[in-house]
Amino acid sequence: MLGKLTIDALPFYSGIVMGGALITVFGALAVVALITWLRQWRYLWTEWLTSLDHKKIGIMYVTLALIMLVRGFIDAMMMRIQQAVALDSHGYLSADHFHQIYTSHATIMVFFVAMPFLVGLFNVVVPQQIGARRMAFPFMNSVSLWLTGSGAALVLISLVIGKFSAAGWSAYPPYSEAAFSPGVGVDYWIWAILVSGVGSMLIGINFLVTIVKRRAPGMRLMMMPLFTWAALCTSILMLFAFPALIVAAALLGLDRYFGMHFFTNGDGGNIMNYINLFWMWGHPEIYILLLPAFGVYSEVVATFSGKQLFGYESLVYATAAIPVLLFGVWLHHFFTMGASPDVNAFFGRIAPLVAVPTGVTIFDWLFTMYRGRVQYSVPMLFTLGFIVTFIIGGMTGVLLAVAPVAVMHNTTFLVAHFHNMMIPGALFGYLAGYQYWFPKASGFRLAEHWGRWAFWALIVGFYLAFVPLYILGFMGMPQRVERYYVADWQPYLIVAEFGALFILCGISFLAIQLVVSIRDRAALAVSTGDPWNGRTLEWATASPPAVYNFAVAPHVHGIDAWWAMKQAGRSGNRAIRFHDMIMPDNSSAGVVLGAMSFVFGFAMVWQIWWLAAVGGLGIFAAMLSQTLRDPAVHRIPASEVEAIENRRSSATEVEAIENRRIQVHTLAPGVPT
Amino acid sequence: MSDAAITVGRGKDTEAEEAQRAIGEKAYGFWIYLMSDAIIFALLFATFAVMSHNTADGLGGHTLFRLPHTIAQTMLLLASSATFGFASIAIAAGQCRRTLAWLSATFLLGLGFVAMEISEFYGMVAAGTGPSRSGFLSAFFTLVATHGTQVSVGLVGIVLLGCEVALRGLNPYVASRLYRLGLFWYFLVMVWIGIFSVVYLPRIL
Repeated sequence: MLGKLTIDALPFYSGIVMGGALITVFGALAVVALITWLRQWRYLWTEWLTSLDHKKIGIMYVTLALIMLVRGFIDAMMMRIQQAVALDSHGYLSADHFHQIYTSHATIMVFFVAMPFLVGLFNVVVPQQIGARRMAFPFMNSVSLWLTGSGAALVLISLVIGKFSAAGWSAYPPYSEAAFSPGVGVDYWIWAILVSGVGSMLIGINFLVTIVKRRAPGMRLMMMPLFTWAALCTSILMLFAFPALIVAAALLGLDRYFGMHFFTNGDGGNIMNYINLFWMWGHPEIYILLLPAFGVYSEVVATFSGKQLFGYESLVYATAAIPVLLFGVWLHHFFTMGASPDVNAFFGRIAPLVAVPTGVTIFDWLFTMYRGRVQYSVPMLFTLGFIVTFIIGGMTGVLLAVAPVAVMHNTTFLVAHFHNMMIPGALFGYLAGYQYWFPKASGFRLAEHWGRWAFWALIVGFYLAFVPLYILGFMGMPQRVERYYVADWQPYLIVAEFGALFILCGISFLAIQLVVSIRDRAALAVSTGDPWNGRTLEWATASPPAVYNFAVAPHVHGIDAWWAMKQAGRSGNRAIRFHDMIMPDNSSAGVVLGAMSFVFGFAMVWQIWWLAAVGGLGIFAAMLSQTLRDPAVHRIPASEVEAIENRRSSATEVEAIENRRIQVHTLAPGVPT
Repeated sequence: MSDAAITVGRGKDTEAEEAQRAIGEKAYGFWIYLMSDAIIFALLFATFAVMSHNTADGLGGHTLFRLPHTIAQTMLLLASSATFGFASIAIAAGQCRRTLAWLSATFLLGLGFVAMEISEFYGMVAAGTGPSRSGFLSAFFTLVATHGTQVSVGLVGIVLLGCEVALRGLNPYVASRLYRLGLFWYFLVMVWIGIFSVVYLPRIL
């Protein structure tokens, strides 16, 4: 009846796990209770959960990412504490528990923090940057969100019911095979990956079609903002790369569920095949995470330098060249695994080539700032912090790509390197984008003061946490050890632990910033819609934008379309006549589909076949209810559009003067005016 | 890209224009989906190629595969792509009953294909050469069954859209869904040609 699920699945075996489980459960209950107490269920359901508005979907993605960031960071803290104390002792975590945390930290950070964060930013910004009224496939967008959400929920519930995988985020066989990992942990990993992986493929299709088909009149490809370019290249990467992950995880699942022999030790299995498939996705995935951040940096640098981007075309070509090169370098993730010298030589020569387009982007950003009037706003701080820190990461990456020094593979040098890519490279970019576009999505800015504190805590924390790991890598410390016997390592690990504390402060400051900004939202309001004197079309809409984004479709004649409109004095012009808008209706099918995929995934993990059938039929029914129906749309009458636009322009006039005053004071304290 | 391809926003939208545009975008999106699906198959083909000699001292394809059976399957599927083609002509001409007739023929041929595949699998599993016997057989069953499962999904699609044609006639939405189903069907026929030539033929001849 309940498959493998018994009462033993509850974490009575360990106080620490029980604590984590209770926090997860009570956290969820507290949210439910709060919403009930505030009587906001109906509002939440009609305005948010069932919404097909890309801006709201984007905000929900980012919210998911921020919540999961906290969980993933707690995992990181626990590992840092363990390694700081576990010299010649067991520390406070069992080996199995440590490896579960190790796996869930990476799985959460990659799939349920970075992915939803970048997709959320795409959703809020890209349609507005290209002057579109909506995504090409609004319902599919909602499905992607809820698939990602249900994947995240599977990882979260694994803490409460059963255990998570201890096989690392890459789940290498043979250890991840049923013979060595007989529990449900790896199955949780597989289903979380499959469910959210399908969501990512759908996202790729959606943004590719939207960007190709829904650009404003006159906007050629070579006029698109860099962030949109990044979204386009990322979408293509998702479409090409995610099939490999889905195949790898599915074949591993077939081995585990049906006793097949894809990656087993005996009976004709081939372990290397898994590792090839995994990194065919894995290496492009790194740039799926990085390219959107690069896009953010391009926008931020241009806006806060008050200049058009230097070398727009070279930036576009670099952004497009990176995905092409990427599919020839995956093998550098396993130089040490016994491929022939010729194969290693080929990949060893291609891999450093990726540094060329990456270098081009860095120089373009530097030259954009050169002789610009640089404003040290919070997004700009994150960008500058990124440029300096990312160069270190890039150089250590070239070092790792050199096959003869592959002895450093699998040491903490590698850990430090990819965190150097992921924290200053990706996370700083998302946070810069979050600070930069927050007023666009919400209608008020984030408090500068706390943003600065967050930035400094995060960057100092980053260096303190990861420079010791670079050093430890040279000293030969392997990654992923839960205890060790080399006394020389401990001082560095303690420093790294302090670094993690700084990062904790940084995350806390971000939380405080959000609370303070919501409290002071009246003072921070930006109803002009253009708080930073922006250059690209998303700043032409109201903040928060009307559901249809643009009352009148903008005509584009070059890059930095909004800047050109402002220069030509066409920014404030109002349409003489408004037209009806046709917008998609809300749909609950996306939420239902996500919930049903969670039920399906959970049932498959525990092999409760009847429940899996229920979940599968539920997914099918939800899909059918939407696809076998003509698109449900509603019409927003021209009079209502006019009323919305009138409200906006009267608010704009009042606040335009006010805002200019605030800008001078808060944005450029050091700049003589 | 020419300006002609940029179609957004003449200001005033009508439901009909919006619907027409959505249909075009769905066709484009479906092509892109098929590309991802093609990559999934490409990786399964590559996996099969890597594992094709890993029989773990068990039987190989030479003894397991039967040429007449596979040829018959191939013929069924090729014929079904022809009948779907006739259905497309009927759809373009707006003829409901002929559309239904050709869709039914496609369905029966596809069903025959899936039934033959199931009987082949059943025979192999009963003879102790199931997917858990060796890496070679795991790769064989997974590649062929992934294709067979998608053909079955296509069959369900034919039933659903057939019902819709019967109940509502051929409106533009139904026609566009049938167009995408057709793409899916031809795609699967092409994948089968790959399976026939890479998996079966070298081991039979």
